[in-house]
Amino acid sequence: MVERLLTGSKTYYLWLLFLLAIIGGSCLVYWQQLQQGLTVTGMSRDVSWGLYISQFTYLVGVAASAVMLVLPAYFHHYKQFKRMIIFGEFMAVSAVVMCALFIVVDLGQPQRMANVMLYPTPNSVMFYDMMVLIGYLCLNIVIGWVTLEAERLDIEPPKWVKYLIYLSIIWAFSIHTVTAFLYAGIPGRHYWLTAIMAARFLSSAFCSGPAILLLLMFLLRRLTGFDPGRQAIKTLTIIITYAMCINVFFYLLEIFTAFYSGMPGHQHPITYLFAGHDGHLPWVTSWMWAAVIMAFAALALLIPPKFRENEKLLPFALIMLVAATWIDKGLGLLIGGFTPNMYETVTDYAPSFMEISVALGVYAIGALVLSLLWKIALDVKKETGHFGD
Amino acid sequence: MNNSRRNFLKVAGISAFAFSSGLAALAPEKVGAAAIGKYEKGSKALDAKRWAMVIDTRRFASPADYKPLIEACHSAHNVPFIPAADGSGREHVQGIKWLWLDKYEQTFTDDMNAQLPAKVRNGSYPLLCNHCTNPPCVRVCPTQATYKMQDGIVAMDYHRCIGCRFCMAGCPYGARSFNFMDPRKHLADPVPNPAYPTRMIGVVEKCTFCAERLAVGKLPACVEASDGAVLFGDLEDPNSTVRKALAENYSIRRKPSLGTQPGVYYLI
Repeated sequence: MVERLLTGSKTYYLWLLFLLAIIGGSCLVYWQQLQQGLTVTGMSRDVSWGLYISQFTYLVGVAASAVMLVLPAYFHHYKQFKRMIIFGEFMAVSAVVMCALFIVVDLGQPQRMANVMLYPTPNSVMFYDMMVLIGYLCLNIVIGWVTLEAERLDIEPPKWVKYLIYLSIIWAFSIHTVTAFLYAGIPGRHYWLTAIMAARFLSSAFCSGPAILLLLMFLLRRLTGFDPGRQAIKTLTIIITYAMCINVFFYLLEIFTAFYSGMPGHQHPITYLFAGHDGHLPWVTSWMWAAVIMAFAALALLIPPKFRENEKLLPFALIMLVAATWIDKGLGLLIGGFTPNMYETVTDYAPSFMEISVALGVYAIGALVLSLLWKIALDVKKETGHFGD
Repeated sequence: MNNSRRNFLKVAGISAFAFSSGLAALAPEKVGAAAIGKYEKGSKALDAKRWAMVIDTRRFASPADYKPLIEACHSAHNVPFIPAADGSGREHVQGIKWLWLDKYEQTFTDDMNAQLPAKVRNGSYPLLCNHCTNPPCVRVCPTQATYKMQDGIVAMDYHRCIGCRFCMAGCPYGARSFNFMDPRKHLADPVPNPAYPTRMIGVVEKCTFCAERLAVGKLPACVEASDGAVLFGDLEDPNSTVRKALAENYSIRRKPSLGTQPGVYYLI
């Protein structure tokens, strides 16, 4: 099936060239980072993780979200998702690739990363995170490829794949739970030390991941004519809506516990994110409020069926939802975790230009992997007549 | 024959010899003779079941009184001073600190008593790695680059550290520093203490309770420079100086409610 990558329209090649140009530019910036060290980032002694680790966290969620298609399709035999499922699985592959790259670019000594395998450390959550991510990557590559091959040959997929799929469903929950445990088991970081961190991660993942998938599906429909199916879109939108309601509810639970208990440590990060500290307003405050507004606006467009089923409005709702969840998890989570710092003072963090450039490069690599995998899937769908109703 | 090629052959030859002799050592009849991986403490080494530090903050009247301790520590371990980019003369936010000072409320963050004596409240307090009994940094490290020794010291292997900084997120005391930039560029040439290794870019470091000095029978550099105001000894030994000081004086530790069991005690 790989040969399908070699034939494509002019737009397809231009798009690949565009991505390669971004990747090339970012590699030069990363080269600089390797020479000068992580001093080129905005991170500091007090805010020792930044944009890289937060993007890693967000993308683990995107990877896990494929389960929102796989679970209804295989546990509940919801056939309407079957046509779209391969795109979810391949998106998970591209997301895990980006996760791995975000970890690598964050390391101070990346050439030593094999030490995690050479000295396996069962008491470190990072060790498990590496294991489950590699496992999830392999599962999705094998499942995606085998089922697509079967579709191309117009035969039933081999029986053993079914068991891998069942495994991948449980596995998807595990990857984001373990990622939450990176944060939720650390004493002294008030914003992270919460038992519902994994639940929050999963709910945020299960709305934002499918929302990104659906937005890309709309784009694909416009570009290629591939139709995921009206009923599939409707059902997935309902799943997104429920997950976003739970996500917002969980965040409000955090706010209740922090402020009703009156414990300063629990209040400080939230106060810092939304209202600043000692009269000093950090840049992230306006982003956090934008996230609040977009989260509620998205829900206002998603909850009433009249709006939800309006395909003109839906993309706007989904874009706002993705932006809101990204700000919460891709910015607020890390900044709130590190500010106030261990001395209850404030060290501000803002990603540097070079840091953002490297991050964009990783996203471009993810987009490249996604484009290539989806190109194969689309060609097979076209060939087998599974392109629309 | 050019120079680098000759060097390469020289190294390759020595390596080949070392490799073959290593293989010979593994032969069955030699196993008993070769004591590979066996280490013994030096005859002069100081030993303890659980090293601990007691800082008598009453004996330090001003930040200047702590200066000799910090200088002793930072020069013994080649800790660079990296100035901030703004030219203010302050330390860079990406700087390295093993032993440093902060105010009371920044040091003992969970003591929210606003009515403390002004002397206590406005005083400066030394901060360093607490060498916890239950260290979160050791728990989270994915490569065991940071580990707890038998004597309670939390040590670092700079050569195994991958620079993931999970330990920095894990440490509730902000005791760890990451080499965001090459620290050697900020050190004098020759370095203050050629006997102690300098670090490379991209690894984490922190106070080691001077494990390298204890191994040769010396007390930690800061203890030595404190003129008896900082005590160091075995917490498990009821007759040690630290146990006596703790039995006779009221002491506090940083963030005790987190369950880490810090090994640094402050007499206030």
